Amino acid sequence: MNTPDKTTEHKVIPIVVAAPPAPASPTAPMIRTLGLVSAICGLIIVGAYQGTYDAVAANKRIATERAVFKVIPAAKSIAEYVALPAGGIEPRVGAGDTAPGGVKFFAAYDADGKLAGIAAEGGAKGYADTVRIMFGYSPDCQCVVGIGVVAMRETPGIGDKIVTDKNFLANFNALDVKLKGDLSALANEVRAVKHGAKTSPWQVDAIAGATITSRAVGRAINDSAQVLLPRLVPNLDKLRSKS
Amino acid sequence: MNPSTAVTWDEFMEGVWRQNPVFVMVLGMCPTLAVTVSVVNALSMGVSTMLVLIASCGLVSMMRKITPKEVRIAVYIVIIATFVTVVDYAIQAISLTLYDALGAFIQLIVVNCIILGRAEAHAAKNPPLPAMINAAGMGVGFTIGLLALGTVREVLGAGTLFGVTLFGVGFQPWVIMVLPPGGFFVLGAWLLFFSWLERRKLRRRQAKLVEATQNA
Repeated sequence: MNTPDKTTEHKVIPIVVAAPPAPASPTAPMIRTLGLVSAICGLIIVGAYQGTYDAVAANKRIATERAVFKVIPAAKSIAEYVALPAGGIEPRVGAGDTAPGGVKFFAAYDADGKLAGIAAEGGAKGYADTVRIMFGYSPDCQCVVGIGVVAMRETPGIGDKIVTDKNFLANFNALDVKLKGDLSALANEVRAVKHGAKTSPWQVDAIAGATITSRAVGRAINDSAQVLLPRLVPNLDKLRSKS
Repeated sequence: MNPSTAVTWDEFMEGVWRQNPVFVMVLGMCPTLAVTVSVVNALSMGVSTMLVLIASCGLVSMMRKITPKEVRIAVYIVIIATFVTVVDYAIQAISLTLYDALGAFIQLIVVNCIILGRAEAHAAKNPPLPAMINAAGMGVGFTIGLLALGTVREVLGAGTLFGVTLFGVGFQPWVIMVLPPGGFFVLGAWLLFFSWLERRKLRRRQAKLVEATQNA
């Protein structure tokens, strides 16, 4: 028994040594191919980026303008500003991120270059994901004069009625967002109330069956206005005419 | 698969019908279910995927002789990702509304199994022209699949086609059709239809065979 065993062992070992793992491609061609592919692909991407840059930037500008014009119908041109955390405002330059704590808003001007209104974005949790809206603020009546939806994933046919429901949109013909005497916060919190329960001009009459989404709109306006307006209102004179 | 240089109609029709990615191979279900809430979305997703397919299969095929097999998947993914990025920029340049509607699914074309599958199974073994023609067939097949879902879902779920209202004001949209469950319903119905077609064909062939043997 012992002898044949030893012979098999003896036979096996040279085979293992003679047959290294499946022949691999040499390293150089692999690196060459990957390098070549990366170079070609890099060129293609840069080319596509350069080629579409202007069109993409123009599209984004048009989309923003359209959103602002929708909430402030009298507007003909817009300027971007940032309301700083310390109070005060400054024009926003470039496309980079806003300073930490800064709130972005748009000053909209009519054909004569007079201030037609302010537009700002706000967001609050809806039924599914955040409902992001743009609202128009009129300094003359100190009220919200229109809203538009920037992004939402609410249930079609239910939550998305906030875009189409005329009675709901009528809430934003003149939604009161007056500031307190010391300009530190809104005099009355903007809130959505149950359908039919609206009694004051700062309340939002919710859509029956879409209360959660309606509340999100109310909260989005409130949260944004609470931060923006105390910084903006003292500086309104700087925005009166187009610079 | 025989590496042949002959360009055949069959090469193109393989993806359109016999190996339809949606209805026969049941591949790429993620975008199929997610973006087919309207015809426009379905069409743009289909066309984007087709462009990526054709371009990446062409390049994969051109590089097939210098691609060592150890790094082939990495090469395919880099090539596919490149063309997806190009399509991504192109859609942003064409329409931001469309870009928002398609959302993350444009970027997710990178991991669409149809494209990687074509690169590995066909483009890596065939010259560029047949590879691109085969890819175009697959792309058309995928687009047809998406359109089949998108049309049904938009008509039933929103009462519109290409955004144009089809029915009078009395029409109450069948909202569930544009929600995720609707995608599964419609896909299930189409798969049922195609498997019924397949079975009917099989039964007829068997009947013919039986007839032939009886006659003999």
